[in-house]
Amino acid sequence: MTTSLRFRAAIVSVALFLAFIGIWHLATRGTASVATMSPEYAKLMGATATEGKSAMPGPSEVGAKLWEHLKRPFYDNGPNDKGLGIQLGYSIARVGLGYLLAVMVAIPLGFLIGMSPLISKALDPFIQVLKPISPLAWMPLALYTIKDSGISAIFVIFICSVWPMLLNTAFGVASVRKEWINVARTLEVGTLRRAFTVILPAAAPTILTGMRISIGIAWLVIVAAEMLVGGTGIGYFVWNEWNNLSITNVIIAILLIGIVGMLLDQVLARFTRMVTFPE
Amino acid sequence: MEKGPHPNPLPAIRLRPKAGFGGQKGGARGLTASVEAARMSSEKFISIEGIAKRYPGADGGKIAVFENLWLSMVRGEFVCVIGHSGCGKTTVLNILAGLDEPSDGTVIVDGQAIEGTSLDRAVIFQSHALLPWRTVLGNVAYAVTSKWRNWDRARVKAHAQSFIDLVGLTGAEHKRPSELSGGMKQRVGIARALSITPKIMLMDEPFSALDALTRGTLQDEVRRICLETGQTAFMITHDVDEAIYLADRIFLMTNGPGAVLAEIVENPLPKDRGRFDLHRHPLYYAVRNHVVDFLVSRSKSFAAEVPAHDPRNVPVVRIGRPELVIASVSEAMHEESKQTSWPGQTRPSTSS
Repeated sequence: MTTSLRFRAAIVSVALFLAFIGIWHLATRGTASVATMSPEYAKLMGATATEGKSAMPGPSEVGAKLWEHLKRPFYDNGPNDKGLGIQLGYSIARVGLGYLLAVMVAIPLGFLIGMSPLISKALDPFIQVLKPISPLAWMPLALYTIKDSGISAIFVIFICSVWPMLLNTAFGVASVRKEWINVARTLEVGTLRRAFTVILPAAAPTILTGMRISIGIAWLVIVAAEMLVGGTGIGYFVWNEWNNLSITNVIIAILLIGIVGMLLDQVLARFTRMVTFPE
Repeated sequence: MEKGPHPNPLPAIRLRPKAGFGGQKGGARGLTASVEAARMSSEKFISIEGIAKRYPGADGGKIAVFENLWLSMVRGEFVCVIGHSGCGKTTVLNILAGLDEPSDGTVIVDGQAIEGTSLDRAVIFQSHALLPWRTVLGNVAYAVTSKWRNWDRARVKAHAQSFIDLVGLTGAEHKRPSELSGGMKQRVGIARALSITPKIMLMDEPFSALDALTRGTLQDEVRRICLETGQTAFMITHDVDEAIYLADRIFLMTNGPGAVLAEIVENPLPKDRGRFDLHRHPLYYAVRNHVVDFLVSRSKSFAAEVPAHDPRNVPVVRIGRPELVIASVSEAMHEESKQTSWPGQTRPSTSS
């Protein structure tokens, strides 16, 4: 029953995809209203004017360009012409670095907040004010103080991914079942051992959920951050291709951003499943 | 009664007397004698001395769940506490376990005032409180490594395994709690508590969430283990029959707030009682009725009826003994409450 449901869902997915491609193709094909003009002028104006072709690239053009990119993902022809693999690599490295820093700060701090009602109450106003700030609002301050655009982007990733992890860790730690804590207490388990053998495994699913939310936000923010700082990265690539008026490349970049985001989410989902325990 | 006043020995002797492993040696009968001797010489193994628990009230005042509570237990004794919800039974147990602190008074165990929790006092939780990410063996081994930090893996495993075998879970070592039935989970809880060879077992309604059949089997197991190991046990229960089956003495608590330990009922049933013919014992219904009467009516009115109740000198009720004291209050006061609710018939006789 389950396999047949999955099979049927797959058929519907493929059908929807084909319908989307078909509509896209129909919407962007030439309207065949050819304007009469001198051949030189027509050459200057391009297919959009001469054949009534839509300015929006069709699926076949995007597909061909995508294939070209996939064949050579790592070429480097100078600052404004790098392979998509290199650009994505830069973005993933920035996200990874900022995210790792956020994990290193948020999880210990979240533990502290979750275990100590005093610290929780004391830090609460700061967290409440800092949390809703758009990560990009930090950018000028980061650029001014750090004076390096690459590191500033990493800082922005750090600041945006720290909050969901921090809050989820604190919540997960604070809501560990009292009875499990009591088991550790009656067994005279020390604070450190209790933190690692009872609280961490009990809070792990909640912590991982926070980490999963964070990686999603970090990947959302990196595109915007790279548009601002420029130089390298998939966000920069999008903006650069917009300046080149290459809508085909922009569409390809959008597609790849989506796929990489999905993969990052899947990795964290797998980790979450590993630490989740049935009750 | 055609069988005579005391059908003894009971056919269902469920004891398997063998050398205990908790340091306590000797079979059940030897133990009974030692319990008796210990009580005679008033050697208190556990002594709760004037504890109180107060919570801040709504109008700034303090609400006392109980005040000035005194009780004591001797080594190897099984005590059940019965009372309505809110009388502070669980609070007493938590204080005894060290999980909660009394607002006043002290608890002395084995000659020392307790401070916090201890591996000498094992708790069996009502909700079994197993760590769901650990297997059965992992849960028991966690307790074992907590007590013996420097044991190697093989030794911990062997020790944990022996207690899993003891509670009859052989073969389920590698299951996780979510794969176990309620009764099996509670068995793991019992194995975990026993594995640290505690001096006292504290049980907070351990079987209340189980179905009647499983409850019966687990009562048998707990009774067998306690007798074999000479365990001192303190159990909270709502189940009168459970208390009569398991306890040497039954502590009756009045309703809270301001709960007091009203009476101590000594269980007149023989130590080698079996669960299946318990109710045929000539004194069974006398004990049962006394406890039920207390729960139904006297637990509410006790404070008003016995204003001179001395918490340090709680009346001991010995049913069926020469110095029979069924009720420490005058019979006249209870004539009304003893009216049967089935007019035209008399109350069934409880003695033969």
